[in-house]
Amino acid sequence: MLGMSANSVSYNEQGSVESGVDAAQENSSIPGSFSSDLKEMLESNKESLKLEAMKRIVGLIAKGKNASELFPAVVKNVASKNIELKKLVYVYLVRYAEEQQDLALLSISTFQRALKDPNQLIRASALRVLSSIRVPIIVPIMMLAIKEAATDLSPYVRKTAAHAIQKLYSLDPDQKEHLIEVIEKLLKDKSTLVAGSVVMAFEEVCPDRIDLIHKNYRKLCNLLVDVEEWGQVVIIHMLTRYARTQFVSPWREDAMFDENNEKAFYDSEEERKVEQTKPYIMDPDHRLLLRNTKPLLQSRNTAVVMAVSQLYWHLAPKHELSIITKSLVRLLRSHREVQYVVLQNIATMSIQRKGMFEPFMKSFYVRSTDATHIKTLKLEILTNLANEANISTILREFQTYVKSQDKAFAAATIQAIGRCATNISEVTDTCLNGLVLLLSNRDETVVAESVVVIKKLLQTQPSQHSDIIKHMAKLFDNITVPMARASILWLMGEYCEHVPKIAPDVLRKMAKTFTNEEDIVKLQIVNLAAKLYLTNSKQTKLLTQYILNLGKYDQNYDIRDRTRFIRQLIVPNEKSGALSKYARRILMAPKPAPVLQSAFKDRDRFQLGTLSHTLNSQASGYLELSDWPAVAPDQSVRNVEVVKEAGAPALRKSKTAKSNEKFYSDSEEEEEEEEEGSSSEGSSSSSSEESVSESESEENSDDSNKSSSSQSEKSSSESDSEKKKKTLKNKKLQQQKPDILIITYLPPQIMQKTLLLIIMTKYILIHIVLSISTQFFVNCMCSLLHLCVFLACQFDVVSWHVHVSLQASSPVFVPETSHELLHRMTGKGLSAQYRFTRQPCIYGNSMVSLQLTLSNSSDQALENIHISEKSSTGQNIHRFNAIERLEPQASVTVSMGVDFNDSTQAANFQLCTKEDEFSVSIQPAVGELLLPITMSEADFTKEQGKLMGMNESSATITMTPENVSSQSVNRKVVSVANIGVIPSSQENIYRFAGKTVSSGSLVLVSVALKDPDAVITINTEKTVIGSMLLRQFKTALTNSCP
Amino acid sequence: MIHSLFLINNAGDLFLEKHWKSVISRSICDYFFEAREKAVEPDNVPPVIRSPHHYLINIYREKIFFVSVIQTEVPPLFVIEFLHRVAETFQDYFGECSETTIKDNVVIVYELLEEMLDNGFPLATESNILKELIRPPTILRSMVNTITGSSNVGETLPTGQLSSIPWRRAGVKYTNNEAYFDVVEEIDAILDKSGTTVFAEIQGVIDACVKLSGMPDLSLSFMNPRLLDDVSFHPCVRYKRWESERVISFIPPDGNFQLMSYHISAQNLVAIPIYVKQNISFFETGSSGRLDITVGPKQTMGKTVECLVVTVHMPKVVLSANLNATQGTYNYDPVTKILLWDIGKLNPQKLPNLKGSLSLQSGAPKPEESPSLNIDLKIQQLAISGLKVNRLDMYGEKYKPFKGVKYVTKAGKFQVRT
Repeated sequence: MLGMSANSVSYNEQGSVESGVDAAQENSSIPGSFSSDLKEMLESNKESLKLEAMKRIVGLIAKGKNASELFPAVVKNVASKNIELKKLVYVYLVRYAEEQQDLALLSISTFQRALKDPNQLIRASALRVLSSIRVPIIVPIMMLAIKEAATDLSPYVRKTAAHAIQKLYSLDPDQKEHLIEVIEKLLKDKSTLVAGSVVMAFEEVCPDRIDLIHKNYRKLCNLLVDVEEWGQVVIIHMLTRYARTQFVSPWREDAMFDENNEKAFYDSEEERKVEQTKPYIMDPDHRLLLRNTKPLLQSRNTAVVMAVSQLYWHLAPKHELSIITKSLVRLLRSHREVQYVVLQNIATMSIQRKGMFEPFMKSFYVRSTDATHIKTLKLEILTNLANEANISTILREFQTYVKSQDKAFAAATIQAIGRCATNISEVTDTCLNGLVLLLSNRDETVVAESVVVIKKLLQTQPSQHSDIIKHMAKLFDNITVPMARASILWLMGEYCEHVPKIAPDVLRKMAKTFTNEEDIVKLQIVNLAAKLYLTNSKQTKLLTQYILNLGKYDQNYDIRDRTRFIRQLIVPNEKSGALSKYARRILMAPKPAPVLQSAFKDRDRFQLGTLSHTLNSQASGYLELSDWPAVAPDQSVRNVEVVKEAGAPALRKSKTAKSNEKFYSDSEEEEEEEEEGSSSEGSSSSSSEESVSESESEENSDDSNKSSSSQSEKSSSESDSEKKKKTLKNKKLQQQKPDILIITYLPPQIMQKTLLLIIMTKYILIHIVLSISTQFFVNCMCSLLHLCVFLACQFDVVSWHVHVSLQASSPVFVPETSHELLHRMTGKGLSAQYRFTRQPCIYGNSMVSLQLTLSNSSDQALENIHISEKSSTGQNIHRFNAIERLEPQASVTVSMGVDFNDSTQAANFQLCTKEDEFSVSIQPAVGELLLPITMSEADFTKEQGKLMGMNESSATITMTPENVSSQSVNRKVVSVANIGVIPSSQENIYRFAGKTVSSGSLVLVSVALKDPDAVITINTEKTVIGSMLLRQFKTALTNSCP
Repeated sequence: MIHSLFLINNAGDLFLEKHWKSVISRSICDYFFEAREKAVEPDNVPPVIRSPHHYLINIYREKIFFVSVIQTEVPPLFVIEFLHRVAETFQDYFGECSETTIKDNVVIVYELLEEMLDNGFPLATESNILKELIRPPTILRSMVNTITGSSNVGETLPTGQLSSIPWRRAGVKYTNNEAYFDVVEEIDAILDKSGTTVFAEIQGVIDACVKLSGMPDLSLSFMNPRLLDDVSFHPCVRYKRWESERVISFIPPDGNFQLMSYHISAQNLVAIPIYVKQNISFFETGSSGRLDITVGPKQTMGKTVECLVVTVHMPKVVLSANLNATQGTYNYDPVTKILLWDIGKLNPQKLPNLKGSLSLQSGAPKPEESPSLNIDLKIQQLAISGLKVNRLDMYGEKYKPFKGVKYVTKAGKFQVRT
């Protein structure tokens, strides 16, 4: 005890040293001695010392000091048992991982372990940190972790997964497609905790994929009230955008009425009338949204209230808008910053709809304690609200504002008065008189602003206001502010014809004081003189000449220049030329009146409540609100249960009835092909693939047409064209999803497979199967699922194909053969199949990637399916995550990795359920132990040269005639082994290259055709693999089976 | 959403930074400092500042600027509301939200910020949840922690996070079960020179302090619910019940929280508790002026007005004030130009009066603007709107709680124009 307390005293001393140092050098990295102290503490055995050190480090980070040099010492503690210490290490790691990527990788395994922790908080925080470490190398690990977390039982972990999606997306946008899949899955989540976060991810990653929302729209609307407040804001904004694309305008009605009034008289066209009189009926989904958001106007969170208000503004019928007024006015009681944003939005609204806020006009009265920007906004709104009825009240209010100590505000008030005066003609005179009074104000800004506003007002209707100009002339002697004097002189000049007697007199006065005036006034005197000279030269000729002479010798070059110019322009002489003829038209041109309008006039082009609206310029990432569609898109896309779908299925049935037979026969053919293909080789699979893509493009083409085209495709099997096809397929996949989403009640994984399956085969066929069976929905559920499971297993390859096609180095060919791992009889209902995906394994570089499909054919749910820790043969196996529960007739697909260590020795392990253990084994074909690589032909020959003698094994075979073509050779070779094709310049020599998965040794294969014989040569260090491969190639190439 | 947060004090020192995505250099704050300088008063700093690649959204609270950095479109209120929530959390944890307390508890502040946002999106802002994750510091706990080495950080996910009532944690236990409600009303008013009401409305809040065991289900009803014009509720209140029966039914959070706020609009007649007679004038010559203010009771419903304070923002030319107060003390700050007269309790028999002369900067012209008076006051045991709580019932638990309701009326933004 004593020792402890002594310790803590010594820390305090150190602490004070630290603060002293801080003061000495700001912003620099921490001094060496101090950092070595911290290092020592971090490396000590005592938790408390480590914690203390971490606390100080976090203190340094908070101050913005660079503590990155401690990285190695800190990262060691990442696996600490002490939760606070651990969390502080996380804080540190997230801050510096980007800078110290290599060291950061040391911590990854800890997080991977923590991702499987039984405690959901630990799982979630591990995912949070893992996804916050911005190190590009771990993208695949992050992807995998996100996928797993998205199916976690804990909604909190799933929420974290939704956040992680955005992090991964910003780190590597190439992952978009995969992330969209996860988003799609999470959007279906029923937890209120997840909803907000996943919608946020949706908005960030794929805001244009509005089709993903359809099926979840009603659920989101109904959950909305229970979602946490931040999620509400995001969801409401997203739904606003969604609704604008899916529903027809509820405002049309009002617009229609107007149109009717105008056109009804002339328009006798029947059609038009029918169209116009058709009453608007709001889509029930549109109504649902409005109804479910309304209670949120009562939220304590101002952002939620604003979000609902903007939703109503953009979506609700105009007559329902008034309910948002009170709530918005209530927000004005909130903090200054909230007021600022809300007032801006009200300002925009009040331009279009005065009526909404008029009853609350007094809430916008300005207090002397308001911040200037708040005052200006309130003023703006008051001006917008002004009408004939309330203008007197508003003007009285304005009078107090003009006297404000805040001069900028007073000036703004004067402008506001000006706007009121132009908008409401009844008060123009009153306003003008009021403004004229202000001319005698002592404050320069006030006077200048008044003169400017008066000037603007007079410009709109000069003829009626000669008395005001006279009045200004009278006041002129008392006005000292140069800007105001200049403005008055301009007015005199501009309207000298309205005050023919006074203007020359003013000029006379000015001639006297010219030399004492400010520069801007002088300029205007010259201006006035010129104008008078043109209109009334008789009286002012001499005066003008006098002033021009004064100006000629002025100290200011600007005035001298102006004088010279004016003289040339107005006084005719032989030198002046053509221009002086137009002097009158130049100087006395009618000037357009300035338009006095609100600065908020065009703000409504931005969605209310957004940052872009506040800034009045488009912020990055702003999503434009689309216009209402003229015709409502299909409403049924939002239907979730098929049973309730009344019209659609019938339609679909009738459509499919015609082509029923053909499609059935097609699919049977294909299934047969599948089964055959699984026995030996790949020609069938690739052909089926081709026919699939073909059938997508021409669904109704007849069989003969199809086969011919698929053959033609066969003849040109370029990897290029294949890739194109794949991307095409992906596109199709996206397009067709909405149609197929009817089957959302299926478990997501199967769902995904079925989806792909549907696209890969005749998707309409499956559609029939599903929509027919939905009629006996309850009865058929089980068998339907079973079918799907079966098909999903069969077509697993296909799904992989589509996934994989996005990656750069994809295998040339992936067989869809599944091997049985565990029969359902021996597995007591649990059956398992595996297949090689031929992908680089994500779990480890030396592992072979396997896909395992587990299905439950018993009538009870199986729990806790996992692979036992003990591996009997010593191979390194990456186990899949335990499956908590597998329902009867359901199946899941999981991936795992096995390090076969470049041998074909079987991997034996125990597949366990809660009750049982089953010994199973996976025996890899030698071709699966390879990975394709690409190299140039020159490299190939070079490498081949190095692997001669012992390392070479070759054999001569007699080819069957159908195997002689280049494609068939290629196909047969790549179906046997996972190797890549090397482009060959010689016609009859085919080259292939791969490497072994574990050791990475090169495996080079070349096939030289010498009609009718062929020589197969294999060069590799791994002679065993070489000879085994050779044997397999021999059988494959001599086998005549297709 | 929220990229980074910087805390900056009134003197312009950046004393804390936190990043939720990649690090943004603190030099981004130069845009803020520029705006800050331009605004002169801290209140005038625009809440949203644009820089070439980022947007700075800031709030000013307790003499601290919370400056957040945003990169893409986001509702500005979302950020502003969140920043205020952060400030409130600090207040909740440390008793006050000030530079000193933040610096003293920098580790807890950091842990809190870490929990509150994930990737810039709010994760846990409910104080109950946060307190289970990170326990607030107390002297006792910090002592125990230093000795035993145990930590302030919770190891399990707070129950509230997953439940449908995230604001309440499970397993609350008290020996004394009590529930207190404070009805606090503020009068916002503008009176003109002659004393007539230009504008007046009442803003009320009901603050609750509920310390009840288990999962109590409370319902609070009013004698005159029709008075309430516009209400907003804590998320715990069942809105449907309010709509149909005008009863506030809720499962309360544990501890202190604001149950609801309401608004009684200008349409209803608002009783103004005091009147002010004032005369502030400046002479044309002699650089001086005169001030005479008297405050008296108007509609106080028989209660005493307490804590009466009159604040006057004088024009810039006023150098000093030589005044005489019949009650209370006055103080004129020549730097901020604020005259503060602290009256205290209002005595209806002997009205307080402040009278005397003002001296102006010599030679300066007579100020044209007229200063306005801001009034602060408090009346105990009165809700000026007349709102009354009828009864509080508890369901779901067996014990009998102790219940109490308190009423207070205060002046909100109460301004008298001259």
